[in-house]
Amino acid sequence: MESANNGSRRQFLIRSATGLSAAWMLANWPAILSAHEHARQGADSANYKLEFFSGGQAKEVEAVAAQIIPSDDTPGAREARVVYFIDRALTTFDRDQQSTYTNGLEELDKTVADMFPGKAQFSSLSNEEQIKLLTAIEKTEFFERVRVHTIMGFVADPSYGGNFNQIGWKLIGFENQSMHQAPFGYYDAEAAKQNS
Amino acid sequence: MGPKFSNSTPVDFLVIGAGGAGGVVAKELSTNGFQVVVLEQGPYLHEDDFVHDELKTRNLYVRPTYGEPVLTNDHRKQPNTFRRSPNETAQPQPSVLYGRVVGGGTVHFTGNYWRLHEVDFIERSRWGEIPGTGFADWPITYADLEPYYTKAEWELGISGQAGASPWDPPRSKPYPLPPLPAKSSGILLERAGRKLGLHPFPAPLAVLSQPYKGRSGCKNCGFCEWFGCEWAAKSSSLASVIPMAEETGRCEIRANSYVKRIEVDAKGRVTGAMYFDEKQNVQFQRAKAVVVCANGSETPRLLLLSDSKLFPHGLANSNGMVGKFLMFDHGTVSRALFEHPLNDYQGVQVTRIIHDFYDADPKRGFYGGGGIDGRFDQYPIAYALGGGLPPGTPTWGAEYKRALRDDFSRSMAIFTHTTSLPIETNSISLDPTLKDAWGQPAIRVTYNSHPDDIKNMEFFRDKSMELFDAAGAVTKWTFPVESPKGGVHLLGTCRMGNDAKTSVVNKYNQAHDVPNLFLVDGSSMVTSGRHQPTCTIQALAYRAADHMTRMAKSGSIPTSV
Repeated sequence: MESANNGSRRQFLIRSATGLSAAWMLANWPAILSAHEHARQGADSANYKLEFFSGGQAKEVEAVAAQIIPSDDTPGAREARVVYFIDRALTTFDRDQQSTYTNGLEELDKTVADMFPGKAQFSSLSNEEQIKLLTAIEKTEFFERVRVHTIMGFVADPSYGGNFNQIGWKLIGFENQSMHQAPFGYYDAEAAKQNS
Repeated sequence: MGPKFSNSTPVDFLVIGAGGAGGVVAKELSTNGFQVVVLEQGPYLHEDDFVHDELKTRNLYVRPTYGEPVLTNDHRKQPNTFRRSPNETAQPQPSVLYGRVVGGGTVHFTGNYWRLHEVDFIERSRWGEIPGTGFADWPITYADLEPYYTKAEWELGISGQAGASPWDPPRSKPYPLPPLPAKSSGILLERAGRKLGLHPFPAPLAVLSQPYKGRSGCKNCGFCEWFGCEWAAKSSSLASVIPMAEETGRCEIRANSYVKRIEVDAKGRVTGAMYFDEKQNVQFQRAKAVVVCANGSETPRLLLLSDSKLFPHGLANSNGMVGKFLMFDHGTVSRALFEHPLNDYQGVQVTRIIHDFYDADPKRGFYGGGGIDGRFDQYPIAYALGGGLPPGTPTWGAEYKRALRDDFSRSMAIFTHTTSLPIETNSISLDPTLKDAWGQPAIRVTYNSHPDDIKNMEFFRDKSMELFDAAGAVTKWTFPVESPKGGVHLLGTCRMGNDAKTSVVNKYNQAHDVPNLFLVDGSSMVTSGRHQPTCTIQALAYRAADHMTRMAKSGSIPTSV
């Protein structure tokens, strides 16, 4: 995947930089890196086709995910396209969890009908109703699996399909770079100022 | 790339395990003119393989079924069992974790590179007997090992500041490289320590602060502990000594080669090792001498698996001491949030440490000592799954999201690394029923910490919390202290000693029972130090390789040189 090319590129730079000054590296690195990261993002956000979920299932899973990491003044699981991460997980490294979702979604429909007669889908419930229902099923294997997948998909490498536009990383304040420069934070910057 | 040797022609030295010790031994012996084959059960990865992919690289703690671990042993293929006492039937449970890749644990380690202090070697004499333990002096002193500590630091590339700590043992040379830039976690630990009258100092680290020996300096990418270094700036044996060994043209690193047993001749000398190749076919590599560097769990296991008519209880185990006195890493983790962002995910993990409580002090009422470091050990997925969030944080919903948003950049941890007393029943043995994916008996761990180790951890946990208060933490939390059910620093199981009745190897890491067999890794450590053992393991490896060279050149081991 893209990350491997990333590594090769760095290796190339390490090797080629032996004849170049550190100043050249420092001056050019951010531009090289951002160009590369841009390309990688372009590839990641290509129109993703669902492979496991039906459109209807995806809508319900997304609605659950959107309660786990809600969208408020900042983007949440929905904007991070976590549902694509989950779809991909279920067709690759987490194939053995498919039935947890298939059965869990059927069960979810029943719970909706039980708790809110007249409503057919979780996604059609009000915000308060959704929270009430998820609180009731918080201990189920289905909810726990969606919760873990949602969180992973929110902050995993975007190449896995979620964390669209690095929304999750931006929210927590994480930048994935091959290089950072001191000072890193408030306290070491403060100490550096005092020492200078 | 090194040469390829034939299985059937005996090489001078067969090294089992290409980790921190195996890499050093292979480099030393091949540089000294000997032919060396290194068998490594894991793959041979390179800088290009080390990517910032937490899901792939750290799958073990996310969920054990997410594919194969990239850098460490796979408990699904190599399960082990655990029990608290020898009276219990051990139950399957992951209990030993080690690097399973060329470079071993030094590929993914934090890089804390602490020499032992003078007292570590003579602590039994200083402190006295501790009933119920095998607490003992080492057969060597700090002075014996000092030249090899220096050699390791200069050859591998260690960053640090000599003289910065009043507790530093005497050294013949400063560090080759200055310390890495202090992170906010380091600054906060330093401020707090000084406020409490302690002496924080820059952490000696196996990471290059500047370009060194053709390798790049650290770029502070932050994917350090648990990851391989894409810049070759971490001073793993993979990045440092293994390329030197291959460049001699006399050392072959044979990856994906899992040793089954070591064979002996009628005189009780080792003749080579049977191993499973990548296709699970059994091969036999002949050798004039064998050096086992497989770590403190796999080395005793391999000896126990290598039983024979001459050695019915396992190779080099005539006294029954192989596998005993296992010392798991003890220590504590405490966490805190601060008012301003630390962004401590950038850079190496550790930049400041405290050794004021290194020595045991009778006034505390128990034996024990340790070291303290300030660090950040979280990557986004593990953090978001709860690993870095304060206790009581909701696990989903708006309030969970608020914590995710606000806490990642403002948090740090204090880790402490503390003593573990050697106890005979704490051990590695063969499980009577469980087998690995190759049909070999699995490791059985028996482990229960000494009460003093527990009291000592409580002491260090309290110190961590005092330090957080002194640093002005907004929120702080810690975890209950308990005897560990597993370990990543696997020490003591083939201990070194002058008395062949009570130890497995002599003071040069040579098996008492078998003159052409050497055991070089954490297993030979007599005491635990303060559980950042890689520096000592590698110094021992340099020293043992010197001895092997002398023996071979004097003809006591028949080699090609």
